[in-house]
Parts: sequence; C-alpha cells; structure tokens
Amino acid sequence: MKPAPFAYRGARALDEAVGLLGEHAGAKLLAGGQSLIATLNMRLSAPSLLIDINSIAGLEGIALKDGKVEIGALTRYVQAERSELIAKHAPLLTRAIPHIGHAAIRNRGTLGGSIAFADPAAELPACLLALDGEVDATGPKGKRTIKAADFFKGLFETALGPQDVLTGIRVPVASKDTRVGFAELARRHGDYAMVGLAASAHADGKGLADVRLAFFGVGATAVRTKKAETALASGNIDAAVAALDLDPPDDLQASGATKKHLAGVLLRRVAKQLYEPRS
Amino acid sequence: MNDMNLDISLTVNGERISERVEARKTLVDFLREDLGLTGSHVGCEHGVCGACTVRVNGEIVRGCLMLAVQCDGATVETIEGLSDSGELADLQLAFEQRNALQCGYCTPGMLAAAQDLLKQGGVPSRDDIREHLSGNYCRCTGYHAIVDAVEAVAQARAGGKK
Repeated sequence: MKPAPFAYRGARALDEAVGLLGEHAGAKLLAGGQSLIATLNMRLSAPSLLIDINSIAGLEGIALKDGKVEIGALTRYVQAERSELIAKHAPLLTRAIPHIGHAAIRNRGTLGGSIAFADPAAELPACLLALDGEVDATGPKGKRTIKAADFFKGLFETALGPQDVLTGIRVPVASKDTRVGFAELARRHGDYAMVGLAASAHADGKGLADVRLAFFGVGATAVRTKKAETALASGNIDAAVAALDLDPPDDLQASGATKKHLAGVLLRRVAKQLYEPRS
Repeated sequence: MNDMNLDISLTVNGERISERVEARKTLVDFLREDLGLTGSHVGCEHGVCGACTVRVNGEIVRGCLMLAVQCDGATVETIEGLSDSGELADLQLAFEQRNALQCGYCTPGMLAAAQDLLKQGGVPSRDDIREHLSGNYCRCTGYHAIVDAVEAVAQARAGGKK
C-alpha cells in the first residue's frame, strides 16, 4: 500500500523540532524511518506532518563520558555495529545489533528510533534494560534523563511526552568483570524475534552477581525476570529456568507456551555466555 | 512548492535530476513512476522482501523505507546504473550460468545486496553469504544456486587479484 498524504518538514535544530511538535498535534518525528515508513505504507499510522530530524547536528556519534558510553539518537545501527568503542565498552550492543533487520535496514535505522518506538520484540530496548541504561530527551521544558526501567511503559508506549525528542542513550562502561549475553530465536535471520534475551552480569569469583535478564517478544515491553536472575546468580541454571515468571501471550509466530519454553532454551544459552571469561 | 509537494535535486545513476515530488512518495515509487527506472521492484512495501534494494550514497537501503524527499542531494544507484557500469557483469553472468534466477523479480535487489557483500573484499563463507542475503526473498530458486553464484564470483574476484 501507499502512505496517506502528509506534509514534510526538515528540522535543522532541536528546538525547531520541539516547536513543530507543539504546533502540529498529528506530527511524527522521522529518524531512520525503518519502522515508521513501514507503518505509513501499511496505513497503520497516518500523521499529518513528518518532521525529519536527520539534519539536526549533534544527534549522532558515539563517545565515552563520565564512565558511560553515550550514543547519539541518530547513530545508525551500522555505525554502532562497526564501532570499536562500543565493542570494547558496550559489548552487549555489538552482540545484539547483527540480529537487527538486514544490512540494508541497519544502514538506515537508528538506535534512538528503536528506543523511542519501543517495539516489544525489538532488541535494543531489552539491551538498554539489561544494561541499566538511560535515555536523554529534550522537550519544551528542556532536557531530562530517564532511566530505562522507567522509560518503557507499555506496548509502543514510553515516558516521552508528545513534544519530547529523544536525543541519545547512555549505558555504563563495561568493566573487566562485566559479562554479557545475547540470544534470540527468529524464523529468518534479521526478522523480529519470537523470543529474545539480553543479559548482563558481573563475574564474582566463579559465580555471577548483579544478573540482569531482559526478555523481549514475550509481552507488551521487554521484561526482567528477577526470580530467575537470583537463581542464576546462585549458579543454578535449572532453578533459573524453573523460576522464569513469564506469561507470554500467543501471537502470530508462536503460542505463549512455546514462547515460554523457548525462553528457557535461550536462558541456558545465555547463561553459558555469561559464565565465559571475557576475551 | 508547499510541505505536501517538494522540489528535490539528486543524482541517479550519474545523471543530475530535479523533480517535484509528493512528500508521501517512497524512493522506489519515485524511481519507477517518475523516472521510469522499473528495474527496482516493489514487493512487500514494508521492508521485508528486499526487492526494492538500491544504493543511496554508496550504501544499500530499502527503496520502500525511504522517502523520495529524503534523497534531496543524495547519490542514488539502481540496478540500471549498476548494470550499465559493468560493476556487476561477472555476478550477472554467474547468476545466469547457475540458474540463480527464474522469474527474476528478486534479482535486482539480490544483485545489489550480493555486491554489497562482495565489495567488502575477501571470500565470505556460505553462512556469511546467506546471512547477508537474508533480507532478500527469492520464491523460485531455494537460494542454493544464488549462494553458489555469489561464492563463485567471490572466489573468482579474489583469484583475479593474485
């Protein structure tokens, strides 16, 4: 199908984008467009105005600052995938990004777009949750920072207000004790996952501490499974699988029962990754 | 000009183009309908099938997931340009010789995606080839012949450099 008619404006500055969002109730921001334009084509969404933020300076790039890795909202997947800085300091992202879409999609899609869209089956929101990351947003009242745990509110619903522009994300720099794991099951490489798992932990002697397991594709948002985290920290993988308190709904890809089973399969795979020493 | 219809200037297959386009027009529809470049195909229109794959500023993209207005100032290469330049000649020949196409609907996008992998250099493994082409559906061949063709060209190009 073809999109319904809309107007298009290219914003050159952040306050211009915030202002346009205030003037046009039916406006949407256009970043990489790899989800948005698909929804326009299918007429799942029909905004009156698209505000293209791709030409706003300063929203792109990867940097180390105050013990965090800062990633500008307009950073493309391909840039993050090839970034040595991210490979060294945020290795979970380096593991996860190759699973996102296909090369042609990773060339356009942005990290900020994925977080703002908050697809429940997307990889990055789960990574942000697993890494205890943060989101920076700018709105009419200025800048603010939102913790990942407070950011994802529901199905495609976030803490962003109608006039907020997501400007970047931030995750803690990995230490030598940091362990990360990532796995997902999809029918075709690059498709949205039936179930996926992003995880981080700290090596603690021969065991693990601060285990954070963020499953995706199992509900309205990515979710942490705290009972399983506790069990895994004590080294008991069987107990961790048994403690998975997930209740995934059926969807087009699989029944809830299948998804729950697959979540256990992924947990075993990811647990193995978490116990591997960092190379 | 208003915000619903915008003037854009871009380079398509080496030719400078200036056109007025509807804001809602996707790049692949612009190429096909406004410029008559019908080698880029429209399949699913939501980024899944890869039939509309073209190059923008040297990188492959989905022609259905980019708006024509976003290509103002860009350099676009379609299968027509890639074919005329001779860049794909060996790949096209290998596809033909190995029956890596039947109906041909996926082939322009498949060639663009395969060339994107091959221009990274080296000889990718069959798994790497499959992974790189995972975003391009073919409903005729079952993919084996396509992977064979891409692998053969990678080996030939690597051998030719010795």
